[in-house]
Amino acid sequence: MAPAHYHDKVVRVLVLCSVFWAIVGMAAGVYAAAELVWPGLNFDQSWLSYGRVRTVHTNVAIFGFGVSALIGTAFYSVQRTSHVPLFAPGLAWVVCWAWQLALVAAGWSLLSGHTSGKEYAELEWPFDLAIAVVWVCFAIVFFGTIARRKIKTIYVSNWFYGALIIVIAMLHIVNSLAMPATLFKSYSLFAGSQDAILQWWYGHNAVGFLLTGGFLGMMYYFLPKHAERPIWSYRLSIVAFWAFTYSYIWAGPHHLHYSAIPEWVQSLGVVMSVILLAPSWATMINGIMTVSGAWRKLRSDPALKFIVLSLAFYGLATFEGPMMAIRDVNLISHFTDWTVGHVHSGALGWNAMITFGTFYYLVPRLVGGELYSTKLANVHFWMALAGTMLYILAMWAAGVTQGLLWLSLDEYGELLYSFTDIMASMVSYYGLRLVAGVIFLAGAVLMAWNLFMTVRGRETAKVLPPEPVANPAAASEVAA
Amino acid sequence: MSGVRLHQKLENNIGLLIFGILFVASIGGAAQVVPALFQDSLQQPGVNTVPYTAAELDGRDIYMRESCGVCHTQHIRPLLAEVERYGPYSRAGEFVYDRPFLWGSKRTGPDLHRIGGKYSDEWHWIHMMDPRAVVPDSIMPAYPWLADAPANRGNDIDKRMRALQKLGHPYNDEEIADAAASLEGLTEMDVLIIYLQGMGDTVDPDAADDHGGHGG
Ligand code: HEM
Ligand code: HEM
Repeated sequence: MAPAHYHDKVVRVLVLCSVFWAIVGMAAGVYAAAELVWPGLNFDQSWLSYGRVRTVHTNVAIFGFGVSALIGTAFYSVQRTSHVPLFAPGLAWVVCWAWQLALVAAGWSLLSGHTSGKEYAELEWPFDLAIAVVWVCFAIVFFGTIARRKIKTIYVSNWFYGALIIVIAMLHIVNSLAMPATLFKSYSLFAGSQDAILQWWYGHNAVGFLLTGGFLGMMYYFLPKHAERPIWSYRLSIVAFWAFTYSYIWAGPHHLHYSAIPEWVQSLGVVMSVILLAPSWATMINGIMTVSGAWRKLRSDPALKFIVLSLAFYGLATFEGPMMAIRDVNLISHFTDWTVGHVHSGALGWNAMITFGTFYYLVPRLVGGELYSTKLANVHFWMALAGTMLYILAMWAAGVTQGLLWLSLDEYGELLYSFTDIMASMVSYYGLRLVAGVIFLAGAVLMAWNLFMTVRGRETAKVLPPEPVANPAAASEVAA
Repeated sequence: MSGVRLHQKLENNIGLLIFGILFVASIGGAAQVVPALFQDSLQQPGVNTVPYTAAELDGRDIYMRESCGVCHTQHIRPLLAEVERYGPYSRAGEFVYDRPFLWGSKRTGPDLHRIGGKYSDEWHWIHMMDPRAVVPDSIMPAYPWLADAPANRGNDIDKRMRALQKLGHPYNDEEIADAAASLEGLTEMDVLIIYLQGMGDTVDPDAADDHGGHGG
């Protein structure tokens, strides 16, 4: 058989789709943010109203932008850490296009108001089934490639991508269990408090294994590659991986403090959330230490800057999260914009930034060329940083205000402030958040242009796996 | 380091690694979520908790369709300030017919778990048509299209009730057969308001003035 090169065309399509969804998803976020400032912005159209736009925002940002990037980078890195081309490349194309098709259909269905009503799992049952099938195909391509690998050890990025695939499959299938009533309407198999526990077992771990674990897979491959240094501590990565996989699953009930679920479930959620700080920070330190010694590169290389900054925000979000999981803090933060600020310090600062950094590194290599403009990428970097900071500062201020004022009582135990007054005082924070969103979105548009100009008119480079080496143990070092 | 040696086995065998991840990630769910799913006390309806009527159910489905729940919670925490603002705190028994639960995670607008009876039907109607007509500072969008659409738009209320019946909601066949007729002539706005006005009447009278165990 002729030596087959890596299948990178499918990676290229997935990366470009991810950029497209990033713009759509963030534009929807900006629109939603604007609607909170000017509530008339839906022009009395049901499909443009806040509830639907916000749902489209979260779904497109996470499943369009995030997951397309994860599938694309998983396909890229699994080949290079296994020294073989993708297993079943035809199926990889099916995964790629079926996922995009599902997103378009999902967008339509969410705008039409079909929703299961469960956060981050809004899609109705026919979509749930379709997604499950695509996900299984993803698993076959990914694990099939690993099974045929020419290197003995499975590199650490693949553990994280693997955990993403396995655990998300488990969560998705269990949490979507429902009784269909019609084609686009079903009712959850579980009710009330039990449904809540199950939903946040799903919701928190979608964050854990997708927005955190999946992107850590990206980090573990692209950061060492880019810094041209092996990962700082291999042992730390092992310990952190298993501690992470074990503890995350328990933490869901921190979304349900003081609610009608058993105390012991909430308490376990607190303990495990606080424990989570350890593997999260261990991983962050591992990443940062990997770059140390290559600091010089930071000055000239926007891609690496993005990745390093994303680790800082990862550290911030995973410090803030365990704090918010403590009941006395959650008392104030729960239901407020503080949560939204926390979400976006993760989503913008960590997920979006590491993805941007990865794309700036990856896309030129996919076409065997140079990035169209390093200068534009540098501008993007500062816009992304400014947008993120403004967003989370505005939401912290808003959230702490809401949390404290809602609970304020006078000396006779009467409420001090009406709900409406507190709400009305939010408008300036919501305005700031809108500005932040516009800056962040504009940066992403610059990136889209930059990447488009980089790939335009260029063929995908044909890269061959390295020749088999005599000592497979040493090869794993090379792979990293 | 025998730990590292053990790990080398996992790293060299994809089947073992897959199994290892699945196993380790299942422990938490098995020990925490599964017992809760079988805990009887979470499935016992409260004294006043009955299944939604056809109109309430249709209204609730509209509440979901419009994603009201992204801004409004339906869960009052057992905190003094919250009980004063919204009413007796929420109990598990009140939610046993909620599929899915709609507790929400963000209070852009106020909690609605005990909104029923707080305002007149007319107030709700105006508020849904033009929120700023009754609450000048409100940032809620208007929902005028609900006033023009007939209730039970998909003509499938019987199918929806049947699905819930299969899940154990105590509807009888007669109720299901009469459901469509009972919605005749109502608009989506009407059923949504019927749903809202029924919110919170599930509270146990003995607990009505309970201010909860926690400070706040
Ligand atoms: C150790 C890590 C983390 C812990 C313990 C943690 C904990 C928490 C807590 C306590 C809440 C508030 C729940 C509530 O009051 O309703 C929350 C919300 C959230 N967190 Fe984190 N967090 C962590 C890291 C992250 C990261 C890295 C992201 C990445 C994007 C993230 C995304 C979210 C999202 C999306 C929500 C909002 C859920 C919702 O209410 O819709 N978290 N987290
Ligand atoms: C231009 C950038 C963005 C803007 C302006 C924006 C704006 C918003 C707004 C207005 C909300 C609703 C908050 C509320 O309910 O009060 C929201 C929620 C959310 N956004 Fe974004 N967003 C942006 C980017 C992103 C990205 C890139 C992601 C994910 C990777 C993301 C994930 C989420 C999530 C998970 C929520 C739900 C939070 C919760 O339920 O607590 N956003 N966003």
